Amino acid sequence: MASAVAAKSGPIAHGEVPTFPVTIIIRRFDPEVDKEPRWVDYDLQMHGTDRVLDALHKIKWEIDGSLAFRRSCAHGVCGSDAMRINGKNRLACKTLLKDLDVSKPIYIEALKGLPLEKDLIVDMEPFFDSYRAVQPFLIASSKPKDGKERLQSAAQREIFDETTKCILCAACTSSCPVFWTDGQYFGPAAIVNAHRFIFDSRDEGAQVRMDILNDKEGVWRCRTTFNCTDACPRGIQVTKVIGEVKQAILRGKP
Amino acid sequence: MSVKTDEGEIIDGVHYHKHDVVIVGAGGAGMRAAIEAGPKASTAVISKLYPTRSHTGAAQGGMAAALANVEEDNWEWHTYDTVKGGDYLVDQDAAEILAKEAIHAVIDLENMGLPFNRTPEGRIDQRRFGGHTREHGKAPVRRACYAADRTGHMILQTLYQNCVKLGINFFNEFYVLDLLMVDVKGVKRPAGVVAYELATGDLHVFQGKSVIFATGGFGKIFKTTSNAHTLTGDGVGIIWRKGLPLEDMEFFQFHPTGLAGLGILLSEAARGEGAILRNADGERFMERYAPTIKDLAPRDIVARSMATEIREGRGAGPYKDYVYLDITHLEPAVIDAKLPDITEFARTYLGVEPYTEPVPVLPTAHYAMGGIPTNNNAEVLRNNTETVPGLYAAGECACVSVHGSNRLGTNSLLDINVFGKRAGNNAVAYAEKADWVPLPDDPTAGVRKILDHVRSGDGSERVGAIRKELQDAMDRNAQVFRTDESLREVGDLIKKLRARYRNVLIQDKGKRFNTDLLEAVELGFLLDLAEVLVYSARNRKESRGAHMREDYPKRDDKNLMVHTMAYLTGDPESAVASDHIKLEWKPVVVTNYPPTERKY
Repeated sequence: MASAVAAKSGPIAHGEVPTFPVTIIIRRFDPEVDKEPRWVDYDLQMHGTDRVLDALHKIKWEIDGSLAFRRSCAHGVCGSDAMRINGKNRLACKTLLKDLDVSKPIYIEALKGLPLEKDLIVDMEPFFDSYRAVQPFLIASSKPKDGKERLQSAAQREIFDETTKCILCAACTSSCPVFWTDGQYFGPAAIVNAHRFIFDSRDEGAQVRMDILNDKEGVWRCRTTFNCTDACPRGIQVTKVIGEVKQAILRGKP
Repeated sequence: MSVKTDEGEIIDGVHYHKHDVVIVGAGGAGMRAAIEAGPKASTAVISKLYPTRSHTGAAQGGMAAALANVEEDNWEWHTYDTVKGGDYLVDQDAAEILAKEAIHAVIDLENMGLPFNRTPEGRIDQRRFGGHTREHGKAPVRRACYAADRTGHMILQTLYQNCVKLGINFFNEFYVLDLLMVDVKGVKRPAGVVAYELATGDLHVFQGKSVIFATGGFGKIFKTTSNAHTLTGDGVGIIWRKGLPLEDMEFFQFHPTGLAGLGILLSEAARGEGAILRNADGERFMERYAPTIKDLAPRDIVARSMATEIREGRGAGPYKDYVYLDITHLEPAVIDAKLPDITEFARTYLGVEPYTEPVPVLPTAHYAMGGIPTNNNAEVLRNNTETVPGLYAAGECACVSVHGSNRLGTNSLLDINVFGKRAGNNAVAYAEKADWVPLPDDPTAGVRKILDHVRSGDGSERVGAIRKELQDAMDRNAQVFRTDESLREVGDLIKKLRARYRNVLIQDKGKRFNTDLLEAVELGFLLDLAEVLVYSARNRKESRGAHMREDYPKRDDKNLMVHTMAYLTGDPESAVASDHIKLEWKPVVVTNYPPTERKY
């Protein structure tokens, strides 16, 4: 078993994919039946190239159709399937089973800090409320007169390139201990998306966003625990980004 | 569930909403339409996902526009390339609109905040892409405007950001399952749509003066696909079930470079930046198939060339069943700046390091050229010439046709912006002068019938099993190469699967977040669309663009330079496709480019 899993290398040809057993333990909750969430075990036979999402689909399609989770693109760009996998926030479609220790059960549960709706589905509205509250759109009083693009140097664009990668999956915000205890905190993702515009040379709304984030539920709640940086499936240095926004607020300009 | 929208008036447990413009789908086309419609009319956008999950976000390489920022270019060359790329099945007046309005569409997005990559002068940078050339095919041209290899992500985010700015009214995770068509003085018009709310299981009726479908594609009829799990063609399927035509359904694009075995897309931008396709011998085989533009030939040609290499024993790997995409000669700094995401996909999913190793690739089902026929104003056609007043479609679900039988890379991000905007503007103009179409008696009856069928099933058929058989058979028989025999085989299987689908069983009988139920409903749409695709493909006895018939290997311009129009007629439950599908032809609009042999 272990050797098949460890056989990391190029693609595995059709029909010859080695399989291995794995136990997935999911924290299930059906609001129409259950008073409390319950852990349910599933023993599966999976392939070397399979992702955690494939395991969830195998359960849903072959064992229990009532298992509820969100997913769409299945390759880490849509942000639908963030969940806690062995205690860490990850995208199920970007986590390969072979990269986990499959000699032990894999524990899967919904994101923490957002209201649990059913199985692996949480209410995303509080998350998007915070996002919308930082005015995540270009604020510019005029358009170029000649019907052309605004000019921006490659270096100016590079300053906020990192934060344009965000897919709003909520892995960062729901990994933040401050957010767990205080749902009013804007959370890392909202700050990332504020950063994306505060540092855009074309934008004129930096002060508005910095005022919003200078609030008692703003950037100063961040205790730099780096959970968000570890959680980000897009590799955004979230804690560093929050630090840059803090610095900008102290300076009074981007 | 605190959905940030009004709950609508509730009568007998059904929610009723009323908006001038109702938009179904919140990908690029739907949100581009909403940005036009929202400020001018009461607008609702209904999506089965959160808008930022839409598959526009997975598009990578770029958006074509003859800005001529880095070298000489003009929209006429772009028009020509689009027509030739589509193997002369493109409506040429539509292609001209696409190429002309491209320039403004890109500037519009930049002005909205899209962070394009920049030239040293600070202008929008551009790169090469398949089939885009200067001077009518002389050499590749830099026409694709891009933001690293996540251009679609940036477009989706920028459009959503602007919808937030405008306060657009979204209904997220609402599955539209029916279009209400009502006879008004002898003319069928849309009265609205009916949606199923995922969180609660409640039904919602959205009455609208105009309705826009922007529901995306249906790549999930195939097994190997770059498409999201949610791309099940619900919108196209709804239109089909209303007896409205579907155009050119046989033309489905197989993108050359999917990660082998997985189908995850590696952008053509890789080849635009200099990547090379190689067979097992390391040979740059595209030199034999497209001597002038080689690896930057259009996708249909590259996908077929790859499949031919594999068939003739020159595939790579232990089973000789894939070819390589080689970017090892590119500087890592260039790769990091211009192709960061796709290199990460190769590392994550195949464990291959693209800096130093070639990446195994295979064609993957990518894009439906066909769909809901529209005219150039995004108005839906009910036959070859007449429209359905008040009904619009844009994006992948629609067929204008700007893509003909094979879409060029970077023309789809363009399509959603140009025709999404047109749909939004025209839907508002229509709503301003139109009266309300009264709702039919019992407007949710159609949706209840679909849901009851799935919920009350006591059979033993599982959704996952039927879907897998469909997808496997479509890959085997209706992919890059097709014959009458292969299509008959998959057609016969679809007939059986449609019968088995009647006995489908679901396990989740609850109301909250019942994705089991919705997957079963989606499977119904997949089966319907696969059947139309295969039936249309069997009927087209020629090879054109993405539709390669080995038993009819030549293009037949004399008889078949025409669009297919498929209609659902008779008893939709009848077993044999010919008992409920009627096919007709629609002329192609030719302006400046008579068909010639397609060489690259």
